[in-house]
Amino acid sequence: MEIITSILAGVLFTTGIYNLLQKQLLRIIIGTALISHGAHLFILTMGELKQGAPPILEEGLSNYTDPLPQALILTSIVISFGVTSLLLVLAYRASKENGTDNMDQLRGNENDY
Amino acid sequence: MTNLAVLPIVIPLLAAIIASFFPKKLRVVRIFTQVMMVINVLVTAGALWYVQQNGTVVLEAGDWMAPFGIVLVADMLSISLVLTTNIIGVACAFYAPKSLSQKQEEFYFYTFFFLLITGVSGAFITGDLFNLFVFFEVLLMASYGLIVLGGEKIQLRESIKYVLINLFSSMLFVTTVAFLYSVVGTVNMAQIAERVGEVEQKGILTTIGMLLFFVFATKAALFPLYYWLPKSYIVPNPVVSALFGALLTKVGIYSIIRVFTLIFVYETSFTHDLFIWIAGLSLIFGVIGALSTNNIKLIIAYNIIPAIGFILIGIGVFNETGFSGSVFYLVHDMIIKAALFLLVGAVAYLAGTSDLRKIHGFIHYYPGLGWMFFIACFILAGIPPFSGFIGKLLLLKGAFEEGEIAIAIIGLGSSLLILLSVMRIFIRGFWGEKDPNIRPNRRVARGFVFPVALLLFFNVLLGVGAEWFYPSIESIGEYLMNPEIYMDTVLKE
Repeated sequence: MEIITSILAGVLFTTGIYNLLQKQLLRIIIGTALISHGAHLFILTMGELKQGAPPILEEGLSNYTDPLPQALILTSIVISFGVTSLLLVLAYRASKENGTDNMDQLRGNENDY
Repeated sequence: MTNLAVLPIVIPLLAAIIASFFPKKLRVVRIFTQVMMVINVLVTAGALWYVQQNGTVVLEAGDWMAPFGIVLVADMLSISLVLTTNIIGVACAFYAPKSLSQKQEEFYFYTFFFLLITGVSGAFITGDLFNLFVFFEVLLMASYGLIVLGGEKIQLRESIKYVLINLFSSMLFVTTVAFLYSVVGTVNMAQIAERVGEVEQKGILTTIGMLLFFVFATKAALFPLYYWLPKSYIVPNPVVSALFGALLTKVGIYSIIRVFTLIFVYETSFTHDLFIWIAGLSLIFGVIGALSTNNIKLIIAYNIIPAIGFILIGIGVFNETGFSGSVFYLVHDMIIKAALFLLVGAVAYLAGTSDLRKIHGFIHYYPGLGWMFFIACFILAGIPPFSGFIGKLLLLKGAFEEGEIAIAIIGLGSSLLILLSVMRIFIRGFWGEKDPNIRPNRRVARGFVFPVALLLFFNVLLGVGAEWFYPSIESIGEYLMNPEIYMDTVLKE
């Protein structure tokens, strides 16, 4: 099972990085979202996907899944959610102000500042 | 008394929350910021004194024992860096009202400012790898807010790149933490160090170490990964540039120091040799960048890169003298970079341009700023009575002890070129004919002088009074050489 999810995380990373290297701003943001999905899936995988009950304390249960990676993922999801929403607003403003969403045209010119 | 470790995080966090309630009342929020920062410095200085007297303070959050809960570790290294951070914070709090426009200040500048200080202090103090990631995000989020504050075309353009590169490296950080968790089964730094020591750092652990180095080197702008830094550091307001240049990259290099003196210390022949190469290349390329441009802000921004290279030499040579040199140079460089960014910001503001070819005869109108810039150049280059000298001396001594002659020569050569790059600003911009177009505005200039003078005072103190600081710096070097001390204090064995 770990092998399958590892490959899936790898595919997510690859497509994410491919999108990150594109010119259109929105595709880059989609790329970052894919990479963060890959990272989160990866944390879950690395905590070992052994079978067990959800980590909620109940009478008579002895076999739990690892609760720590789930807490880590939850934190990381919220953070990347915050950053992604900021990035989307930033991309909206930047493309509006600069009149383009093509990264090639968003290059700096030495004499601008 | 163990709560002392959390105070440098809690005070600015509370101040950020309070400051967010009245963003429009500028007079109140300015005084509030300045008072809170001064209080924060005093508290941190008290904490430093306490740590020096009684040894490392370890705070277990929520009374959970070390590997299970989050620990905050205030040792001499972290607490002295927090104190440096807060000193820079004070100078920036006094500089900000002078350089920011009213609109920028009203849009929650002071909240972001306090959050940045919170994130940096937290990253220095925490003893948990995932918590380090969270504090990284706290300071990065605040920095995203600060870098776009004002919303000009160029700021929006450069901040997108800044956010993207940091988001990518953060995700890589999370992935690396996952790797490390699967191998050692913990995220507490002391316990990671213990477990890595038990298995003597197998191949997979060196790989993880290198991945962590990649993440931190991106944040710290080391040789192949510095391309994002120069432009994004010059687009915001000078006070924001000063905060960034002084604090953000230094958190990255601090993390490298922490991780590679505590956790991955068993395969030094591979990792630390690589560090020396990267340090040398950072020195060379940073200096080339600094000499290549006529934009005065860009010159200072490029000078960050060789400074990080210098600090990395000390980690690469891996001996006590090298570590002491790294720590001394780190503290010195944080203060001088803030001072230089503030000075250059003042020059650009008063001259109305940051193009060196258009500025001349500046010293006729503003002799105070001129001579302060002159001293700052000497401090940066490492001329003997000042603080840069002792740091570089220790680093070079450390390099010679390990027989790394080449890196010492590169270090010395690049020091010369660093001096040339900043002296170019002094000679071309400050000397020469009086520029009749400048209308001297001494009242504004006076406002810029105090914060810079404060920072330069600490720099000169650090250099002239090196005998007072040297024993503690030396003990930090010794402490970094023996990671068992850290593990034993945190894990209470």
